[in-house]
Amino acid sequence: MRATCWEGKKKVRVEQVPDPKILNSRDAIVRITSTAICGSDLHLYNGFVPTMQKGDILGHEFMGEVVETGSGLKNHLKIGDRVVVPFPISCGTCLSCQNGMFSLCENSNPNAWMAEKMFGHSPAGIFGYSHLTGGYAGGQAEFARVPFADVGPIKVPEELTDEQALFLSDIFPTGYMGAEMCDIKPGDVIAVWGAGPVGQFAIASAKMLGAERVIAIDRFEYRLRMAREKAGATETINYEEVSVLEALNEMTGGRGPDACIDAVGMEAHGHAAIYAYDRAKQALMLETDRPIALREAIMACKNGGTVSVIGVYGGLIDKFPMGAVMNRSLTIKSGQCHVQRYMRPLLERIQRGEIDPSFVITHRLELDQAAEGYEMFLNKEDDCVKVVLKP
Amino acid sequence: MATELASRAGAFGSEGLEYNRMHERRRNGDQYRESRPQEGNAEQLARFLGWLSIGLGMAEVVAPRQLARLIGVEHNPGLFRLMGFREIGSGVAILSQDRPAGAVWSRVAGDVLDLALLGTQLDSDHPERDRTWTATLLVLGVTALDLYTARSLSRESNGGSQRRPAGEVQSAREMVESGSGIKVKTAVTVSRPIGEVYGFWRNFENLPRFMTHLESVHVLDGQRSHWVALAPAGQRLEWDAETLEDRPNELISWRSLPGSQVDTAGYVRFRPAPANRGTEIVVEMRYDPPGGVVAAAIAKLFGESGQEAVTRDLRAFKNVIEVGEVVHSDASIYTRPHPARPSSTKELEKARLLSTEGAPR
Repeated sequence: MRATCWEGKKKVRVEQVPDPKILNSRDAIVRITSTAICGSDLHLYNGFVPTMQKGDILGHEFMGEVVETGSGLKNHLKIGDRVVVPFPISCGTCLSCQNGMFSLCENSNPNAWMAEKMFGHSPAGIFGYSHLTGGYAGGQAEFARVPFADVGPIKVPEELTDEQALFLSDIFPTGYMGAEMCDIKPGDVIAVWGAGPVGQFAIASAKMLGAERVIAIDRFEYRLRMAREKAGATETINYEEVSVLEALNEMTGGRGPDACIDAVGMEAHGHAAIYAYDRAKQALMLETDRPIALREAIMACKNGGTVSVIGVYGGLIDKFPMGAVMNRSLTIKSGQCHVQRYMRPLLERIQRGEIDPSFVITHRLELDQAAEGYEMFLNKEDDCVKVVLKP
Repeated sequence: MATELASRAGAFGSEGLEYNRMHERRRNGDQYRESRPQEGNAEQLARFLGWLSIGLGMAEVVAPRQLARLIGVEHNPGLFRLMGFREIGSGVAILSQDRPAGAVWSRVAGDVLDLALLGTQLDSDHPERDRTWTATLLVLGVTALDLYTARSLSRESNGGSQRRPAGEVQSAREMVESGSGIKVKTAVTVSRPIGEVYGFWRNFENLPRFMTHLESVHVLDGQRSHWVALAPAGQRLEWDAETLEDRPNELISWRSLPGSQVDTAGYVRFRPAPANRGTEIVVEMRYDPPGGVVAAAIAKLFGESGQEAVTRDLRAFKNVIEVGEVVHSDASIYTRPHPARPSSTKELEKARLLSTEGAPR
């Protein structure tokens, strides 16, 4: 089959690789019909995530048709089922899964020891997301092996198009969880850093959950426009034009937003994984002018408010304003999205017409054009927000 | 509710008690050691030497010129400061450790260096030679003190395990702690009742299902079993083991029998996790691989350490108990690094794969 392989920093190539095989009894093999490039794939692309290996298949947002099932899937999935696959791999039986913390599955990361060295304890395995999270082949390919296929994938009703359902795999639930963690009450003002795909869904979800106002913060006018026109942001701030803290204070009568969502993550802060801490510091000064989203979210947040972190972080950060967090009774909530928890309720919202997630798609490419897609997304060429690949 | 809490607290309490007893035993052991006059002495001397190091080091760093004049040597501030930092380093190392044998030996090495440097000055024909001689004699005296202290401390740390009173029955824990070889301790929690977990483990023939380095275990009789393990380079290691203790739902301990290729002993302990969260499993073991610790260290360079291997095995055990099989990714079926991509049939045939159920062999 053809698959998008990581060949090194800023180098991906679509290659011919062997077809996936069933390795465990609850595996399914899925023929992929739609797959997407995620903002967090750019962290891998840019070489910020350790434990990548030359030849790793990328991609953790995908859907398709079941073409083979393991012996343990009897009553759950049939060949021919059309499914969308969540990015965390979760067994459904361990204590974390039982508690709905699917991205912390205790059984799905065979390389847990690597993650333990980095993070103390290990999170779940993830498709196509380095060896630290398991060394699983990703879904920017023609086929993928899906472990625990009785827990993760859900069937997609016929009336929905691929583009409407695809983002249930990651970015819609991730944005939704970001808004849910804000514990929104009537009258609340929510500020969202980053108007990329996840930020768009965080904005839309905050509105769905009853926020009075949602303020989007980014530096690209076209993304802020999408936030206003499609996602439902009431106001936007271009941080290259105005001071974010001053603007937010003015907008909220000096209180600050009730909750702040960081949908930016590690690269804006110029920090990288632990093994290359010094290199990351260097990068912070040389490569990026944006080491500020999380710090800014903390400084901006109302006294007693919540900072919800859904942007991806890899290791250590520098100059963390802990004094602001402690003295002003802030709450920080975070996590890789527990996608399995949100897929069905959000699918129902799509079916009811409350949201059509395909609004974020700006580019549709062939799988063979993956390298082009990465370049375009990274450099924000042609007003790129979201790239969908068709194998 | 209150009674439930009380009974739970009671359960923790007894657990804690046992833990305390264990520490008490250790502490008593220490007192036993300290009661030997020479050793308490050595530790006091070490502390004195630690402060001496720091004092001298500070003088060398802060006032190299004055010090040079005092001992009548050529003024070389760079060298003096370097020696000063070395002294301070030794001092901090001595004071920050309970048994600073190594750090005191570093002082001895420093003394030799100092003497060598002073020696170069004694040769030269300079006017302050008397002062230099005095300094050299002083350093020689301190060297003797350093040597004495270092040797006393070294004797202490080597002799520790041999001073156990004879005739004491060894518990499983002591058996692991007192033996030689590589020691490993690790733990995992599985969300299954203790009876099931103990029962699965008690059937030793189940162990190769999750212990990646084991090829087979055959139970010979109630006490004895025969173990076959895969070693690096395609070799096999075989040994017979006897079960020493078997307390249902609590503890199993074992030891290899004399004449085995591998000298090993260990125990696995089971205890209920709080509030029905399953079972906590602690494994502690030691093993003397053929070729000894050096061979094991070399093996570690090429692969995982014993600690990593046992931790991985326990995680695989959790897999087997909770989901019925060892969970694998495209990369993890290989013993060596492999990209996260599917394997060809040929690749799978050629590679040495981890022995797991469900994975193609």
